[in-house]
Amino acid sequence: MRDFFHRRGKFRPLVTDDDRPEQQIPEDLWTKCPGCQELLYSKELERNLHVCPKCDHHFRLRARDRIALLVDPASFAEWDIDVLPKDPLRFVDPSGPYDRKLAQTQSRSGEPEALITGGATIDGRRVGLAVCDFAFLGASMGSVFGEKLVRAIERCLADGVALVTVSSSGGARMHEGLFSLMQMAKTVAAFAQLGHERIPHIALLVDPCYGGVTASYATVADVIMAEPGALIGFAGPRVIEQITKQKLPAGFQTAEFLLEHGMVDLIVERSNLRPSLARLLDLYAPLHHQARVDGRSEAVAFATAGAEDRRD
Amino acid sequence: MTETMDTAGVEAGTSPLSRSAWDRVKLARHPDRPHTLDYVRELMTDFVELHGDRTFGDDRALIGGLAKFDGMTVMVIGHQKGGNTKENLARNFGMPRPEGYRKAVRLLHHAEKFAIPVVLLIDTPAADPGIGSEERGQATAIAESLLTMADLSVPSVAVVIGEGGSGGALAISVADRILMLENAVYAVASPEACAAILWKDSARAPEAAETMRITADDLYGFGIVDEIIPELIPASERPREAIATTGQVLRRHLHEVVTAFPPGSVASIGPLREARYRKFRRIGAWSDWQPDGIATDIFDPRSV
Repeated sequence: MRDFFHRRGKFRPLVTDDDRPEQQIPEDLWTKCPGCQELLYSKELERNLHVCPKCDHHFRLRARDRIALLVDPASFAEWDIDVLPKDPLRFVDPSGPYDRKLAQTQSRSGEPEALITGGATIDGRRVGLAVCDFAFLGASMGSVFGEKLVRAIERCLADGVALVTVSSSGGARMHEGLFSLMQMAKTVAAFAQLGHERIPHIALLVDPCYGGVTASYATVADVIMAEPGALIGFAGPRVIEQITKQKLPAGFQTAEFLLEHGMVDLIVERSNLRPSLARLLDLYAPLHHQARVDGRSEAVAFATAGAEDRRD
Repeated sequence: MTETMDTAGVEAGTSPLSRSAWDRVKLARHPDRPHTLDYVRELMTDFVELHGDRTFGDDRALIGGLAKFDGMTVMVIGHQKGGNTKENLARNFGMPRPEGYRKAVRLLHHAEKFAIPVVLLIDTPAADPGIGSEERGQATAIAESLLTMADLSVPSVAVVIGEGGSGGALAISVADRILMLENAVYAVASPEACAAILWKDSARAPEAAETMRITADDLYGFGIVDEIIPELIPASERPREAIATTGQVLRRHLHEVVTAFPPGSVASIGPLREARYRKFRRIGAWSDWQPDGIATDIFDPRSV
């Protein structure tokens, strides 16, 4: 019987679960926790890194807040702010042309695009950083997302610095058509280069992370971390329900579900993220140095092999 | 599934120039259109299908194996749809599960080990979106296939023969050459899914299909597809003709990449990977404000 009501998608309220966390009680003084329905004093919530002190629900963070949380104060230097989106398909849907939607989103979100990249230090360790801003069209991956990420990878490659990605996305951006899909290939190809140089890529998956981002660079990382309770998957839960006509099991696609099925390395509480990253970076640091020395000897071996080949 | 199986309503003899994107979607999904095994049977000899991912199972929606093509051994990997409902149920409508992509990765590594070039035939509505597929890591399976293809040490040529459905298609399309039949489509999402999300009504798929720019012509113009394989009469009506033309174009491209980057030569691996990286690295449409104040529009990768 419950199913009967569930399927009537058309008559569902327009406010979905996805929107609820943003729902604010008057004057932003109090915030209702979507996890336990408790009313929380907003200032206290902020002091607690936007994690519910009652039920540990991790609220979504904007990209700038995320960066502030992860890196040393004032250490972040942003890259490629001048790489801006275009409307290559002249895409139009009932909400209007894509280029107008972009302009509106830019002014509403205060960000030029969905991915913010830059260099920073984490407890003194240099890293490259690429962080999704879900408030910008669901941090969908379009051409600028892909280009900025690839430039960040290339910078890390040149400087021999580890890259930390923080992903939360609805997937590929439909408004840019196949250009968007191709960013999956482009970013993964760039990460293959980083892998050859043995420079670590640490991915943090946060709520919600789906589609083209989960199915590309985010899950080929050397270490995959997730925040507690984050929803992570390939297809969205509504799509799966519609197509399979099956009820989804409790806890489906949560970070804990992924850990249980072997898809992520570890779940890390928000308050513990920075020390965890610092520890990992330290563990890779000596190997990484070794790799750069080995890399040179490999290049020599490679050239010799090539010479032999030519003799044949 | 009923929506994605919509194939009715394309009249025979419709002028190719007047075909809408939606007409092409219907042609690409036509049940009589030749599928991967039809191409293998017509164009290749001595095919030995290799089954299974060695971990969980064998996915019949994504097949692969060794065969002789143009006088050499190739690894052929492709999505496999059925020709009727019974076959389609067995083939999961050409929608691979994680096992399919893991099999693809296994066969790609096999091709690398024996220095065999790879031919990929693309024809899927999407990767399977089921509960089991999520549990077994559909996203990771696709991502690892992307990585394996991007880093492959042997040359590869992909041909979109029917439906290029999103990540499920891309997973085995990161090739040195991407060819596409005239009436095939290749899209970031199915027009139905796009219409459901942006139009709030999947019945508006024909409009979505138009604005999504999913035809071979569009994608050739964007510099993503390297050559369009002409299909004067839709492949569903003249399958052998379409397969033969595909064979000619495929042979030429495979010959070119194999000559430029001979498989088995260690010296060609670096340049091959480098060329492939450059091919995908430049794809995108963005504007870039240089420090000297000159706006560079990077739009048509062909002009770069």
